[in-house]
Amino acid sequence: MTLLTHDDSVTPAGGGDASSLLEPTSGRRGDSVFKTVALAAGLVVLGILALIAISTTREAWPAFQQEGFGFITSSTWVPADGKFGALAFIYGTILSSFIALVLAVPVSLGIALYANEAAPRRFRKPVVYVMDLLAAIPSVVYGLWGIIVLAPAIQPVYKAISGAVGDIPVLGWFFNGDSGRSYMTAGIILAIMITPIITSLSREVIATVPSAQREAAYGMGATRWEMIRAAVLPWSRGGIVGSVMLGLGRAMGETIAVALVIGSQPQITTHLFEAGDSMAAVIVNQFGEASGVHRSALIGLGVVLFGVTIIVNVSARSIVSRFDRRSQGA
Amino acid sequence: MTDLISPDVEQLLFDATTSRSRRIKNRLASIWMLGALVVAVIPLALVIGYVLLEGIGQLSVAWFTEDLPAVTRKAGGGMGPAVVGTLFITLGAAVMAIPLGILGAIYLHEYGAKGRTARLIRFMADVMTGVPSIVMGLFVYTVWTLTFGLNGFGGSLALGCLMLPIIIRTTEEMLRLVPDELRQASYALGNRKWRTITTVVLPASFGGITSGVMIAIARAAGETAPLVFTIGAARNLNLNIFEGPMTALSVQIFGNAQTPFDAAKSRAWGAALTLVAIVFAMTILARVVSSRVARRHAA
Repeated sequence: MTLLTHDDSVTPAGGGDASSLLEPTSGRRGDSVFKTVALAAGLVVLGILALIAISTTREAWPAFQQEGFGFITSSTWVPADGKFGALAFIYGTILSSFIALVLAVPVSLGIALYANEAAPRRFRKPVVYVMDLLAAIPSVVYGLWGIIVLAPAIQPVYKAISGAVGDIPVLGWFFNGDSGRSYMTAGIILAIMITPIITSLSREVIATVPSAQREAAYGMGATRWEMIRAAVLPWSRGGIVGSVMLGLGRAMGETIAVALVIGSQPQITTHLFEAGDSMAAVIVNQFGEASGVHRSALIGLGVVLFGVTIIVNVSARSIVSRFDRRSQGA
Repeated sequence: MTDLISPDVEQLLFDATTSRSRRIKNRLASIWMLGALVVAVIPLALVIGYVLLEGIGQLSVAWFTEDLPAVTRKAGGGMGPAVVGTLFITLGAAVMAIPLGILGAIYLHEYGAKGRTARLIRFMADVMTGVPSIVMGLFVYTVWTLTFGLNGFGGSLALGCLMLPIIIRTTEEMLRLVPDELRQASYALGNRKWRTITTVVLPASFGGITSGVMIAIARAAGETAPLVFTIGAARNLNLNIFEGPMTALSVQIFGNAQTPFDAAKSRAWGAALTLVAIVFAMTILARVVSSRVARRHAA
């Protein structure tokens, strides 16, 4: 730093005295105060995360204490009898998120590749706008559309499919049932909601592929698809896996849209067209009338959800950041 | 490829030099990529179309000014308290999250940089963006609502927690775009670091930060789950976010969507249109601001 400070704290009178210029001025104190305040603001993030873990676990403790490991291994959830086994909800969260990934990943990757590799230059911006708008629609609006429009409209389709393949082994295990509000409907709505997230993150990753790699592939006479397979996908694989996992985390935590369309039946079934329930959905549906251990158990579901999404996000971010370092180093 | 030959000739060369199966695979890949975009546009168009068609009939002056009806199954009444609730609660969240978020970002980029503390905070802010909104709701329920009861401020706290990491990360990105020459020029004039940040760096990145902040606010305004446990369910206008239950557009959509009554469903569509209009307006405004900034940078 400079010795001469033209700070407002240096008065014209003191300006002639060279030694006063070398003294620490209030500007320096301003510096350290400002740095401390900024650091404190940053530390708020860590504080909130720690507080979430502590305060929710404390409120959920009565339920954890009563149920022990049964909380996550039992599927008997009968608040009236004081029984709280969350397995059916955990199953529902995993199944609906898995359906969402199966539907969303091919679509998101396709759009990301289209926007970065195939689209004419003037189409690229509009593609980004469309994804922005999809991401901007609140989840409750997707839920409203899902419960009033999609569920009744898709129910005959489910019925037709389960009628056609319901008796065939393997296919019949999954494509069975005829409930408009079901695991499948929840999966579809979730897929719509996570598509913009996966798309925009994998687009960023794909954009870091050096153009020399592309040109080298083209120079070898590759078609566009061969270029994508040889140059783009291997380079961005890690980042794409990370973005898919972030989409998974989002799908598992999504509440309102799922609560509206999943059907609120805690049952463990492989039949995709039957009603189910998820952790987030049961919290929001039952919290209003819950008290005592029931409320603790619902908060406990939140703790489990928090733990699972933290694990998914931490591993996804580690993958993405390792990838970031590599592309910066190159 | 190259511009030296015309696209037609290029196509001919491509056909002549590339085997049939390779061409077909390439074709299929192109169809998949374009098809994926079409598949994603369909639900967007359907959702927006339904919200517009079903919701537009609800809007009137009374919609924005009157209280919620006492009986949801009958038509009539307005959405006034919910519109006010959404705006007030979101504003409360913004007032808390924006200064904290910007200061945090300043620490990350201007002070912490690649140090261990900054890396940890940055990583945790990323992780925090993935915390489900319902968990934020439960968190605020345990630390605020259990002690202070149902009020709008609980909702603001929950939404603020959701906005904070988004603001930190987008602001840091914007600070990164400020050229170092600006900082050095300011130091050369004898400015302290904190003066440099407040009078040079922040003004230079103002547009970008504003756009990131608006995206965060738009996200928060549409959230439902964190509000359900924290703000209660008011039917009348409540302008005090610290006292007594409130309501919000998203909560009204959620409640009305679950009823079997046509009047309630129409009200849900009307609320959805109002909410989507608010959220889209902010998103588009953010886009405009950031593209104007980008143009200025390019110039």
